[in-house]
Amino acid sequence: MNDYQVKLRSFEGPLDLLLYLIKKNEVDIYDIPIAEIARQYLEYLELMRELNLDIAGEFLVMAATLLYIKSKMILPQEEINLEEEIPEEDPRRGLVQRLLEYKKFKEVAQLLKEREEEGSVVFKRFIPEGERSLEFEEEIQGFEASIFDLISAFTKVMKSIPKEEFKVVLEEEYSVEEKIDFILSLLDRKGVIYFSSIWKRIKNRMEAVVFFLALLELIRLKKIIIRQIGLFGEIKIFRPLPVAVHAGR
Amino acid sequence: MQGDKQKLKNIIEALLFVSDKPLSLEHIREVVEVEKSEIKSLIEELRQEYLSNHCFRLREVAGGYQMVTDPEYAQWLRKLFRGGRKEKLSRPALETLAIIAYKQPVTKPEIEHIRGVDADGVVRTLLERGLIRIAGRKNVLGRPILYATTKKFLEYFGLNSLNDLPPLDELVKMEETDGNPQDTGEN
Repeated sequence: MNDYQVKLRSFEGPLDLLLYLIKKNEVDIYDIPIAEIARQYLEYLELMRELNLDIAGEFLVMAATLLYIKSKMILPQEEINLEEEIPEEDPRRGLVQRLLEYKKFKEVAQLLKEREEEGSVVFKRFIPEGERSLEFEEEIQGFEASIFDLISAFTKVMKSIPKEEFKVVLEEEYSVEEKIDFILSLLDRKGVIYFSSIWKRIKNRMEAVVFFLALLELIRLKKIIIRQIGLFGEIKIFRPLPVAVHAGR
Repeated sequence: MQGDKQKLKNIIEALLFVSDKPLSLEHIREVVEVEKSEIKSLIEELRQEYLSNHCFRLREVAGGYQMVTDPEYAQWLRKLFRGGRKEKLSRPALETLAIIAYKQPVTKPEIEHIRGVDADGVVRTLLERGLIRIAGRKNVLGRPILYATTKKFLEYFGLNSLNDLPPLDELVKMEETDGNPQDTGEN
């Protein structure tokens, strides 16, 4: 029992388990004895269940696939073949192809592991985080944020600004033009603006709205690019030319 | 003249010495403002010098040059850092990287299809370690995020470019010849 448990843990997924079974049984991957392999596969799942290991859904999907292939192979094919002349496609083909492809990447993974090992004996200059260091040139992280990312960021900000308690008749203190000038001049000085940092300067909801309109206008005019790091990450504002990133001129 | 050349070589050596990332020829050229071919030959001289009785090696990695220590001294350096090196990558992480390296830019569902398992956690770890990056979004329904490998990936595995990885087709042949010599392609 115990020795099963050790092995079970090392399976990364149903394909991994299948490859293991194929290797263990020394069968040809192009001619898998489906009935036997499916039986052993289910045995393993049963064992995992007995050992109270979580069985990921993917394992069950594969079990169903194996049984489906098995049933297709049991069905007599000859009658169909007589009528159609074209030989039926081997029901195992799709699975074999997936296994072969996965196997290739497992081999590459092994190769990477060896290289990682080799790399662990050479040492290079190490600069602790936060100290001045070089950036890899090409990689501006993040991707262009969609208008929806922008709106959801804006909503977050609006929620953080308290609703005014009493009504004040506001003069139009803020204009879109003024905010555009402000954003552009800030970009010229800093290269990058963090979306979250702008809002610290904002006094009320009206100003926030005007600011947002200015941002939208600048995007429309292609004067700025908005990028987001990660799915719910910080939104950054750039000038379209990468020159602005290296502010050292 | 000879003195100028020696000085230029020293400058390049100094740049390589302080850099924490591989330096491309282009990057060095921007600093020293000399022809790339000249820089290259000086780097070659440095490399030769290091090979004779020196603790450094100059390696070509991630499209640039990097000064590293000779593997021979690893045991003392490890002692210096008390063995503290970053954790090695797990097997799922290596497999996922392998897929991204060959299929990039690639989406998470595509990775999951190949490995047959969920890729959420692994992809996040790889992003955090800077080995992969977000390369945009795929123009299909749901606009899923596309992932690609970084220069740090190349550096980490000591590769100069992605071309240093063997072509996938070759891996198939390898597996066909040594895996199953008898009667593979016949049925």
